[in-house]
Amino acid sequence: MTQQPQHTKTKRYGMVIDLDKCTGCGACMVACYAENNVPFRQDESDKMRSLNWIRVMKVDNGKPFPDTQVCYIPMPCMQCDGQHMEGHSPCVSVCPAVATDYDQTTGIVSQIYTRCFGCRYCMAACPYHARKFNWWDPKWPADMEKYLNPDVSARMRGVVEKCSFCYHRYQKARDKAYVEGREELHEDEYQTACAQACPTNAIAFGDLHNPEHAVYSLSRSKTAFRLLERLNTNPKVYYLSSKSWVRRKADNYLEGENPEQIREKARKAAATH
Amino acid sequence: MTTPAIPEGVKRCPTRQFTLWLAVVGAVLLWGVYAMFLIWYKGLNQTGMNDAYGFALWIWADLAVIALGGGAFFTGFLTYIIGKKELKSIINYAVIIGFICYSSALLILALDIGQPLRGWFIFWHANVHSMLTEVAFCLSCYFAVLTIEFIPLVLENPKLDRIPFLHHLSHNLHEVMAVFAATGVFLSFFHQGSLGGVAGVLYGRPFAFREGLLIWPWTFFLFTWSAAAVGPCFTMLITWLTEKITQKKLVRPEAFQLLAKISGWMLLTYMIAKIADTWYWAAVTAPSKGFSLMDFYSNNPVYGIWILIAELVICGIVPALILITRKGRENKKLLVTAAILAVLGVCINRWVMVLQVMAAPLLPFHDWYMYMPTWQEVATTILPVAYGAILISLAHRYLPVFPHEKELNPGQ
Repeated sequence: MTQQPQHTKTKRYGMVIDLDKCTGCGACMVACYAENNVPFRQDESDKMRSLNWIRVMKVDNGKPFPDTQVCYIPMPCMQCDGQHMEGHSPCVSVCPAVATDYDQTTGIVSQIYTRCFGCRYCMAACPYHARKFNWWDPKWPADMEKYLNPDVSARMRGVVEKCSFCYHRYQKARDKAYVEGREELHEDEYQTACAQACPTNAIAFGDLHNPEHAVYSLSRSKTAFRLLERLNTNPKVYYLSSKSWVRRKADNYLEGENPEQIREKARKAAATH
Repeated sequence: MTTPAIPEGVKRCPTRQFTLWLAVVGAVLLWGVYAMFLIWYKGLNQTGMNDAYGFALWIWADLAVIALGGGAFFTGFLTYIIGKKELKSIINYAVIIGFICYSSALLILALDIGQPLRGWFIFWHANVHSMLTEVAFCLSCYFAVLTIEFIPLVLENPKLDRIPFLHHLSHNLHEVMAVFAATGVFLSFFHQGSLGGVAGVLYGRPFAFREGLLIWPWTFFLFTWSAAAVGPCFTMLITWLTEKITQKKLVRPEAFQLLAKISGWMLLTYMIAKIADTWYWAAVTAPSKGFSLMDFYSNNPVYGIWILIAELVICGIVPALILITRKGRENKKLLVTAAILAVLGVCINRWVMVLQVMAAPLLPFHDWYMYMPTWQEVATTILPVAYGAILISLAHRYLPVFPHEKELNPGQ
């Protein structure tokens, strides 16, 4: 009987994006398109129906020239841990057919395309608009089909898709480690395509539970924050910014509220779980 | 005019007139069927929906018809379980209207999924934590119950009634109808509630999210309550409309009066609960997520505070007050106005709980999302109305829907 590998501890893969380093070049988006066989349309001007697993949002401080400041926020799926850090992410519990699920061993939110029947309840539940619907059959120019990634299935019309933190790369790295008799992956063995493509090294990826991974300390830095933290979705995508107006743009606050205090409170509450 | 297929002792319009009416409504139906074909063949790109507006007109139509179809389960509950004999005058019609509403909801659901051939996955791969799974199971089961409740009436058609087996089957089904009425009430409580839960559990959407009891958000109970309150109003409204079109008295006035009174008190108590829910959400839930009430009602071209006033006051409190007073109920114009307002109120509520939820911005750097349905969505939403009109016309013509019609129209 074959002996199964045993997981010594739970992993919690996450991402830290340094917004002070991001130039908004879009290399992450291009890499993601290529890596994950994300189809595109001849006319991409209707962004509300564009397929992309990571998109770069442009925000500014609302001040007129010469005080204008701009920040670019790359937004993949936030891979939420959910209200009680148990995988009760907004999309997972609502999916009627278990087409989306939370992997307790990695913390990655999956999407089974052949299970999804396109009810779009998960899209309604996701506050980050990270989930995309396939409004059309995927089509690539004839020659481009030769460049499709054989490790990632193409998605059909009428289903929802989203960023998987390049899960196929995790599977490959895990298989390799298993063959070599290892249980643990090194940080550089499993990296997402967007993290590798980023020319300014703004994107770091790794196990948020592992002190040897860069994301461990980065996610705990004073300038770290997450989008819409007050909703208790507990995303595993962290952002860094030294600018207070950028940190304020990450969430909603009532007049007179101090974002830093509220964020600290939310962080402590999440840490107790 | 009487033929062997028309119930004895009642008068119906000439066949030519009836056929012409069916042709007109049938044309509308065909327009909807064509749009339905386009959607199934070409996909949901035929709609005005997008990635931010994944829930739109159809989901609203679904929620609205299910709420309005609530007259079937609540009238059935009052007639068979509570024993309100006066309502026997209207129960058959309530069941038919409920049947139309639920079959329409199922049809719209079949349109509103990206992979229609996989619709059965909701049963096969059921996620017990999903409110939509509960909706699918209870809704399908309740539709089966409504069909069983409808069958004896169909079998009472004079031609079918002559067949001994069908005659006895119909008689026996009538005998056990209380069992189905009770089952219908149980199922309706859960599916109406789950539909409320669909939006209420969205904790990533502060406009929809509600605190609650155990696993149920308040909206679970509010949806069931509002359907029980407004469903009978819709039944009364359609009955009144049928009376106007056929120029006949079809239901005993005491049935109307009792249903209106119960509906009024249900609506009033619902409004008290709804206002309490809105206040708690505006004062506690939304601020805890960083939103003030007016964040959801300003800086956009459509969703102003008027919508809240229209839902709670004009289409909530006002019809409730009319219906609970004897003078209000006995004045036919006021009664019909109140029923129309109540129906509009529940439709606004369902609209808000679906479309405004999708429209409201979540991140500070997002804007309001506006949405315009395409003609295909509009046509397929009107399709069930045409289907309902045809079914009602056929039922009224060939089935003894109103047991007191002969007695109420002695001259005819």
